[in-house]
Amino acid sequence: MTDIATMPQPVSFGRRVKRFMADRPLIPLIILLIILVVILQILRPGIVNERWLANTAKFAIPLAILAGCQTMTMLTGGIDLSVGTVATMSAFIMATQIVNQDPTVAFLLAMLPAVLIGLVNGIGVGVFRVHPLIMTLGTSLIGTGFLQVYQRTVIASGAKIPDFLNWLGTGVTYGFPNALLLFVPVAVLIVFTLNRTGFGRLLYAVGDNERAARLSGVRYWQVITALYVLSSLLAGITGLLYIGLIKAPSLSLAEPLVLPSVAAAVIGGTSIFGGRGGYTGTIIGALILTVLTTLLTILQMPEGGRRILFGFIVLFVTAAYLRIVEDR
Amino acid sequence: MSRFLRNQGWVAGLFALLIFLFVVTKLIQPAYGSGDFGSLARAVLPYAFAVAAQTVVVIAGGIDLSVAAMMALTSVTAASMMNGASEEYALFVVPFVLAMGFVLGALNGVLIVVTRVPDIVVTLATLFVLQGAALLVLGAPGGAAAEWLKASVIGTVPIPGLPDWADAWVPKALALLVVCLCIIWIPLRRSRLGLSIYAIGSNELAAFRSGVPVARTRIIAYALSGLFAAMGGLSLTISTGIGAPIPGPYLLASVAAVVLGGVALGGGKGGLLGPIIAVFVLRLVRTDLTLLAIDPNVTAIIEGLIMVAVVMFGAFITIRGRPVGATP
Repeated sequence: MTDIATMPQPVSFGRRVKRFMADRPLIPLIILLIILVVILQILRPGIVNERWLANTAKFAIPLAILAGCQTMTMLTGGIDLSVGTVATMSAFIMATQIVNQDPTVAFLLAMLPAVLIGLVNGIGVGVFRVHPLIMTLGTSLIGTGFLQVYQRTVIASGAKIPDFLNWLGTGVTYGFPNALLLFVPVAVLIVFTLNRTGFGRLLYAVGDNERAARLSGVRYWQVITALYVLSSLLAGITGLLYIGLIKAPSLSLAEPLVLPSVAAAVIGGTSIFGGRGGYTGTIIGALILTVLTTLLTILQMPEGGRRILFGFIVLFVTAAYLRIVEDR
Repeated sequence: MSRFLRNQGWVAGLFALLIFLFVVTKLIQPAYGSGDFGSLARAVLPYAFAVAAQTVVVIAGGIDLSVAAMMALTSVTAASMMNGASEEYALFVVPFVLAMGFVLGALNGVLIVVTRVPDIVVTLATLFVLQGAALLVLGAPGGAAAEWLKASVIGTVPIPGLPDWADAWVPKALALLVVCLCIIWIPLRRSRLGLSIYAIGSNELAAFRSGVPVARTRIIAYALSGLFAAMGGLSLTISTGIGAPIPGPYLLASVAAVVLGGVALGGGKGGLLGPIIAVFVLRLVRTDLTLLAIDPNVTAIIEGLIMVAVVMFGAFITIRGRPVGATP
């Protein structure tokens, strides 16, 4: 018996690859992304060019920022399902207020509901300890109601997309989409906040063991309120970016992004139970989902088949990823 | 009596609220009578089944985001199968669709158990899959329902020995709801399986160590949820006479009513009666607001506010009720 224990067992190649990937969870994700792009190139040779890359980035960026909101809230064991409504509200208010108002005033007006909804979410979750899923669903319901009432008051004045947002959302400079000007600082800010600041560590601490965090003097409600306000603000800014990309203000503008944003964060390796994950994985998750959508569109499947495949792939990727990361 | 109140305090309070709302309704609209009650029962039917579907899973400690999509799929399947078919054929359609819901629900459970992916992500993925499948079955609203099925929710149940005026207050839709829920829920609640469902929701590890087959129980809980959702889908087809492939607002409503009905989102607590009464309360509030001639959009805001307020209040009570020292 002792021989076996002392004998250095040769580690099989597969096991080593697995361990390597488990230590660097980003690598399997990047490999998956590359595989998807290669499949795309094989199916439609020549599609992967500069223009396609810029286009993919343009559509992935709003999703990635919203997924950033999910990542941060999920780190504390929460979730923010109101991001879709918040993004829609700020986009719609911006598009309608810019007609008669100064751009700065319109911007501030557009950000107001974002702050308010974030504050209500934060207080509900942090002070009253409501389940985040319910709280954010509830506030998004209220927000949608307000938006519908608001819509009636602005029908006469109409809406227009500000040139600046148009430039930011759709413009491309030297092959790089202008949206990167917004996204890179936001991404750096999120990554920096999560990894290098006290606030970021508090998020991990609260999500990992809330009781321990409280007992070590963390003011839970303050952390949570700040978090949800930040999340809402980011969602509001995403809304402004997204209206520049889609160019049609509607009352359900950003709603279709909500569930994919959760999926992007989960694929990116953030645990929905809190305490584990990061933003870099989420960005790759958002890219994977965007490429996947293109792939399914190119296959010319009916809408129903596309949704089915999308669901299965999200499930499969998450399951495979969990296996790789957790099976040490 | 006091013990009953302590155990069923929340449900009793909810019931009192329901009675109060009926009184308010009668005051607003003195003509409110049995016919209006019948239409209320018909409107409640799909919501009540959606809530029942959500309740079983939440008690087992999970959540099912695919409830509304499951209802859409079962509804369009029933509608397209009954389209142009004979009246007797519907006798086969109903059990087929119910079995389909049961199997698809069980599939949800199997995926959760096998992949070990969090339930919220799995049911999010199946939401897409079921939605896609519904679109493949029926691209646009259409189909038909058998006449005898349509008749089964219209009118009242004649009960021998009761005067006509009392009979009028027993609409068929309500009777159908009560019968369908009771024949599943009461035997379940009294069986070993029902106890196991509560056990895994309350404390999975403790349940496992006491010999509860956790995986099997979870699969059955999701299967029952699928069965209830299929009933909801059928009731949609029956009451509208067609099937629509786009999921209705049932997901949000089901979660709201579950919370309002006193079922803890963590699992293991609550029953079916509370959520069902909560559905009636929520629908009756909507009726009252309509009777008061309030703009339907404002109604959405008020509904959201009520939901958030109730949930906050419930959470607040829970915090206060905890032993001293549990909260810092």
